[in-house]
Amino acid sequence: MKRLHLERLANPQLLALAGVLLINWLLFPNFFRITWQDGRLFGSLIDVINRGAPVAILAIGMTGVIATKGVDLSVGAIMAVCGAVAATMVVAGYPTPVAVIAALAVGLACGLWNGFLVAVLDIQPIIATLVLMVAGRGIAQLITEGSIVTFNDPALIFIGTGSFLGLPMAAVIALVLMVLVTFLVRRTAIGLFIQAIGVNRAAASLSGIRSRMLLMLVYALSGFCAAIAGIVVAADIRGADANNSGLWLELDAILAVVIGGTSLLGGRFSIPMAVVGALIIQAMNTGILVSGFRPEFNLIVKAGMIILILLIQSPLAGRLFTGRLVPAKAARK
Amino acid sequence: MANSPFVLEARGVIKIFGNHTALDAVDFGLKAGEVHALLGENGAGKSTLIKILTGAYQPDGGGVFVQGEQVHLDNPLHAQTHGIGTVYQEVNLLPNRSVAENLYLGHQPTRFGLVDHRKMEANAKVLLQRYGLNLDPGSELGTHSVAVQQIVAIARAVELSGKVLILDEPTASLDRNEVERLFEVVRDLKSRGLAIIFITHFLDQVFAIADRVTVLRNGRLVETRPLDSVSRTDVVRLMLGKDIAFSGATDLEPENAHSEVLLDFRDYGRKKSVQPFNLTVHKGEVIGIAGLLGSGRTEMARIMFGADPADQGTLHISGKPVSIRNTSDAIAQAFGFCPEDRKAEGIFGDLSVRENIVIALQGKLGWFRALNRDEQLEIAGKFGEAMDIRAASLDMPVKLLSGGNQQKVILSRWLATDPAFLILDEPTRGIDVGAHAEIVRTINRLRDDGMAMIVISSELDEVVAYSSRIVVMRDREMVAELRGKNINPGVIVQAIANHPDEAVA
Repeated sequence: MKRLHLERLANPQLLALAGVLLINWLLFPNFFRITWQDGRLFGSLIDVINRGAPVAILAIGMTGVIATKGVDLSVGAIMAVCGAVAATMVVAGYPTPVAVIAALAVGLACGLWNGFLVAVLDIQPIIATLVLMVAGRGIAQLITEGSIVTFNDPALIFIGTGSFLGLPMAAVIALVLMVLVTFLVRRTAIGLFIQAIGVNRAAASLSGIRSRMLLMLVYALSGFCAAIAGIVVAADIRGADANNSGLWLELDAILAVVIGGTSLLGGRFSIPMAVVGALIIQAMNTGILVSGFRPEFNLIVKAGMIILILLIQSPLAGRLFTGRLVPAKAARK
Repeated sequence: MANSPFVLEARGVIKIFGNHTALDAVDFGLKAGEVHALLGENGAGKSTLIKILTGAYQPDGGGVFVQGEQVHLDNPLHAQTHGIGTVYQEVNLLPNRSVAENLYLGHQPTRFGLVDHRKMEANAKVLLQRYGLNLDPGSELGTHSVAVQQIVAIARAVELSGKVLILDEPTASLDRNEVERLFEVVRDLKSRGLAIIFITHFLDQVFAIADRVTVLRNGRLVETRPLDSVSRTDVVRLMLGKDIAFSGATDLEPENAHSEVLLDFRDYGRKKSVQPFNLTVHKGEVIGIAGLLGSGRTEMARIMFGADPADQGTLHISGKPVSIRNTSDAIAQAFGFCPEDRKAEGIFGDLSVRENIVIALQGKLGWFRALNRDEQLEIAGKFGEAMDIRAASLDMPVKLLSGGNQQKVILSRWLATDPAFLILDEPTRGIDVGAHAEIVRTINRLRDDGMAMIVISSELDEVVAYSSRIVVMRDREMVAELRGKNINPGVIVQAIANHPDEAVA
């Protein structure tokens, strides 16, 4: 039992996270210092989990989509739409719960639309979700009428900046969502079916798996997660910015999922590891900022890191580690 | 040797992949001005031979001769310079470029180093007219029908090579008129002295256009014969049977051996797939389905299973009318289906043996009644043992197993759902002898346990051995139902080959 736990801790994602944190610590010795102020925790590490939360939330939904051999490019735009819905509704005087529920419902509807295009109309996921990626920002701007809608609703602001048991609210939301969704897919047969569809949709269909329903579900979940992330981000800046909210975050989310070990070719997936992937990305961002490098370096360092992580996950590296430099096919003979 | 009668010849060609001999000392000769049909079931070695003749593969033994001179063909481009051109089943031209560009891609007429479009289109116009095509060479290729695209592909291949034309299933996606149009082009090319190799699954077309026929089976040359000296039955027998006996008949079960009707298909069919058929299936009965590749065997199975649902006819299960619109409906009625293409439609390569076995049962149970790991292991272990699946662990990816073991995994997957009716499409193709025997044993055992089964197979002696009745498919139509006494592979071959024009035996 003990050995099993050690093996789990030694997986590449957690090692990479530890490595990045270690480098951050070397560059900035106070990195691990955490202080308690005004009933909540402060410190660079807390900042990582707080700032990493939106991408982590997106990655939770994105994992299911990618595991079915799909991709959801629209999550950034859905964030903008849902943030706009929540902000304009509280400004218009609706109670906070109504505004939040409406925003979540809009996210779910966006996800169902993507699911409809992919599952029913059989459009390639990258194109199907591109529709909403482009249109979504337009819709968000229509909702905010082109301006940044700011609000002072304390309950809504709490979602973005509040704390629970000393932890930032955004991180708590991401954690709870991760546990709930992981539980949903692992304790039901949904996880197995998602993998089956990702590995071989034709065989899944012949095995009696209702792949359309399931695809609708994963895209709906992705839209729903994007709505949560959109509300968190809007609440954090106390306003809905249709142009910039969630901009390019779909790419970070996809990256987090891939770093988390889910192949873009579909199949095996891990939601907790995708969340770790999001934390790795944020730890790099934060590390570069606190260590005094110019933020422009961020993108280059990130690119280098991505190449490194993907190399570690490549089949070639797998063979290098196990000392078999022969193609798997020949080795089988 | 320079005055060889053959334009293109393969002598004693051997090709080995790993430990599988794809071609075993095959001789093949092609004369100028003939259409030579190359026949054989899947895995017979047709495409390997073609790839060697076009330089895509290098032979491991023997040689390729062009007009009596041995040549070493490095690649298809090199083969073109020897006058050998190929047209594949899927047109591999560029649908988004113009017809003229497709004809001359790679060797466009140029003027001052630039492509001379006007000249190219003028040349194309003249060229296409020779093929009976009067169309605008500047139009996009993709806007034309597949038949026209095929003819453009032929024109390109002939233009580039000029001596030998290889047509690899060019008619697979054409309708009757289009086939006729294509054949006119082929006859014209033949009269111009081209040597043409024609690969197809349609016997009618072979007899309509070919002069000689070469049959391959399991990588060996069976025979090359002039077509006017063989009958359809001969050809089918050459393709299918090593030891197809016309004597030594097996008596299938008498007609009323089974009383309890499980399934009753009436006028069941699907447009553009299989003509409506009538079939009753009793409990404890195995119905063998025989027919050549492309005869509609697999289509029939997919209609029954709801993978391509029927759009006409009715189905009664135990006397009650049932409609099967998708595979879930079929599985809810305790149907199971092992598809022909194991890799593309059967296994989930990256998933474990355990997951592969439980997936259909889990599909039946739905999303929320999940089998936990222990239950999965127990089910997988039970069926794995019953089917003698040789896997180091039930948690290893199924793609690492041998073909035979993968087939047993798929069979186990369905047996775990406790089916009443099982459809097996080529369950013994391409698997080792041991697994083969195990699967035949399982078919017999399940039949004795009262399961109804449909087994599609090209192994006729095998079909005769375990079937209670045999249904024969030809040209997407159920043409015969063989039952009772004196059934042997020879009788089946005759039923497969019988052309409406030929007398029924």
